Amino acid sequence: MRSDRSQSAPVSLKIAAACGLLFLHLPILLIFVYAFTTEEKSFVWPPPGLTTQWFAVTWNRPDVWEALSLSVRVAAISTAIALVLGTLCAAAVSRTKFFGRETISLLVILPIALPGIITGIALRSAFALADIPFSFWTIVLGHATFCVVVVYNNAVARFRRTSGSMIEASMDLGADGFQTFRHIVLPNIATALLAGGMLAFALSFDEVIVTTFTAGQQQTVPIWMLEELIRPRQRPVTNVVAMVVVLVTLLPILFAYYLTRDGDQIAGSGK
Amino acid sequence: MTPAVSFQKLSRHFGSVRAVDAVDLDIAPGEFFAMLGPSGSGKTTCLRLIAGFEQPTAGSISIFGERAEGVPPYRRNVNTVFQDYALFPHLNVLDNVAYGLMVKGVGKAERHKAAEEALSLVRLPGYGARRPGQLSGGQRQRVALARALVNQPKVLLLDEPLGALDLKLRENMQEELKSLQKALGITFVFVTHDQGEALSMADRVAVFNDGRIMQIGTPEDIYQRPRTRFVADFVGSSNVLPPDFVQRYSGQHRWGSLRPESIRVGRAASGEGVAARLVSTNYLGATTRLALDADGLKLHAVVPAGTALPEEGEAVVLTFNRESLHLMDEPA
Repeated sequence: MRSDRSQSAPVSLKIAAACGLLFLHLPILLIFVYAFTTEEKSFVWPPPGLTTQWFAVTWNRPDVWEALSLSVRVAAISTAIALVLGTLCAAAVSRTKFFGRETISLLVILPIALPGIITGIALRSAFALADIPFSFWTIVLGHATFCVVVVYNNAVARFRRTSGSMIEASMDLGADGFQTFRHIVLPNIATALLAGGMLAFALSFDEVIVTTFTAGQQQTVPIWMLEELIRPRQRPVTNVVAMVVVLVTLLPILFAYYLTRDGDQIAGSGK
Repeated sequence: MTPAVSFQKLSRHFGSVRAVDAVDLDIAPGEFFAMLGPSGSGKTTCLRLIAGFEQPTAGSISIFGERAEGVPPYRRNVNTVFQDYALFPHLNVLDNVAYGLMVKGVGKAERHKAAEEALSLVRLPGYGARRPGQLSGGQRQRVALARALVNQPKVLLLDEPLGALDLKLRENMQEELKSLQKALGITFVFVTHDQGEALSMADRVAVFNDGRIMQIGTPEDIYQRPRTRFVADFVGSSNVLPPDFVQRYSGQHRWGSLRPESIRVGRAASGEGVAARLVSTNYLGATTRLALDADGLKLHAVVPAGTALPEEGEAVVLTFNRESLHLMDEPA
C-alpha cells in the first residue's frame, strides 16, 4: 500500500497483491451484503433487493441475545481465568528452576498442540466420569484449557526478556512482594497480557469443536450460526450477527493496536 | 564498636556445592571493603546474603548488631548497586531514583526533590526526565548508584559495579566512588574479580576462594604479604616459589612468594644468582614482562621499559634481595 514511497513495484506484483487482499476480504464483504438482502431462504447473487429489516428482526430474536451473551460471558471468564493461571505459571517457569520445570512447560502448551477434538472428547468423558452435568462452567473449563496456553506463551516470552535482577532491585529498595508486582512486574508484562488476553478472548469467542463436546443444550454464537445455516428461514439474520461480531471484535483489536503501538511507552506508572 | 556487617561461621550451600563455607568476617562501620576472588569463589553469594536475597544454610549474620537471618531484603537498611544496574525500563530516571521512597510512602514532591539531590550527587543533574534506555552505560551506573543512595542505607553493596564500563570510564568511576564513600561515610561492600580495582579502592580486602576467605587485610598486606599460594598468585600474580627453592635462600622449608618487580635479570656472565633462560618478553608500555624458566621453575619478572634485555632464549642470571622473598604461612 505504501509502495509509492520508494521505488515503484512492477504492475504484475501490484495486481497479485491486490488479488491476494481481495481474496482475503471479499468474502467478508459478501457476508455484509447478504445482511441486507430481501431473499431470506437462500443466498442469491446479486441480491434481488436491499432492506434493513433484518436488523430489527435480529434485535427481536431472543435466541440471538442468548447466544451472544453466553459467548461473551464464556470468553470473558475463560480469559480472566487464563490471565491469572497463565501469568502465575509463566512466572514460576521463567523465574525459578525446579524439578520437572520443562515437563510442566510442555504440559501447559500441549492442549493447543492437540487437535481440539481430542481435548473435547477427553473433557467430555472426564466430565461424564466425574458426574459433572454440562453447564456454563463446563464450557468455560474447556475454553480455559487453550486460553491459558495463549496467555502463558505471551507472558513467558515477556518474563524471559525481563531481567530477574529488576525484581530483586525492587525488593532491595524496600518494596514487598505485592508492591513489586504492582509497580514493576505488572507494568512490564502488561502489554503481553493485553495481547494474550485478547487472543484468548477471540479464540474462545469462535471456538466450535471443544464447545460442541462440553456444552449441554446451550448455544454459543458459532454453534448457533451452524444451526442457523440448516434452517431455511430468516437466513440474513446470521449475516447481521456476523457483521456485528466483526465490528465488535475489530474495535478492541484496533484499540489494542493503538495502545501497544509505542512499545515500551505504555502502562508506565511513572506518568 | 559494633561491626557494620558480621558473619559468624556463615554458610550457604546449594545442594552439594558449598558456595559459602563457614565464613567469619567483620566489616567496620564506614569502611570501604572489597570482596575479591575468581568467579564461583563465593564473594557474590556473600553479598547476596547481606542483601537478603539468599538465606544462610548455617551460621549467623548481623547488620549493625541486628540478626538478619530470615529478614527479607525489603526490611534491611541495605541497598545494592547491581552488576547489570537493573534499572526499571518503564520508569524515567527520576522515578527510578525515587522508587525506594515511593514504596515507603513518601509524597511525590518530597521524593522527587530527594531524587534530584541524589542525581546531583552522582553528577547527573537534570537527567530525571530521560528513560534508562536513553542513557550510556556510565550514566546508567550513576543512576543505579543514586537510586541506592537516596534511601540513605547503612551499608551499600556494589556487585562488580564497574565490570561493564570501558577502561577510562572505570578509572574515573573508581576515584568517584572512593571520594563519594569518604564524603558520605557509608559502609561500602564491593565485590570484584579485578585485583587492581580491589587494591586501589578498598580500605581492606577479603580474598575468596572455594567459598572460604583466604586472607583479609589491607591492600598492602595482601599484596606484599600473601599468606597462601592462591593469594600470591591471584592478587598481582606473584611468583610462587616451592619450599625446596625457598630453603636455599632463607634456610626455611616453606612456600615463598616473590613479586615480579623484585627480580633483576642480568646476563649469564654477570655473576652469581639463579640460572635461568629467558623464554619470552612482553612489552606492556611502562614496563616489560619477562617469562623465565629456572630449571623447570616458571617465573615472571617485570622490568621498567627501556632496560637493556638479552635475546629471547638466552641464558640469564636472576638476582633479588633476601627481604623481598616473602615466606608464606601455608604448610609446605
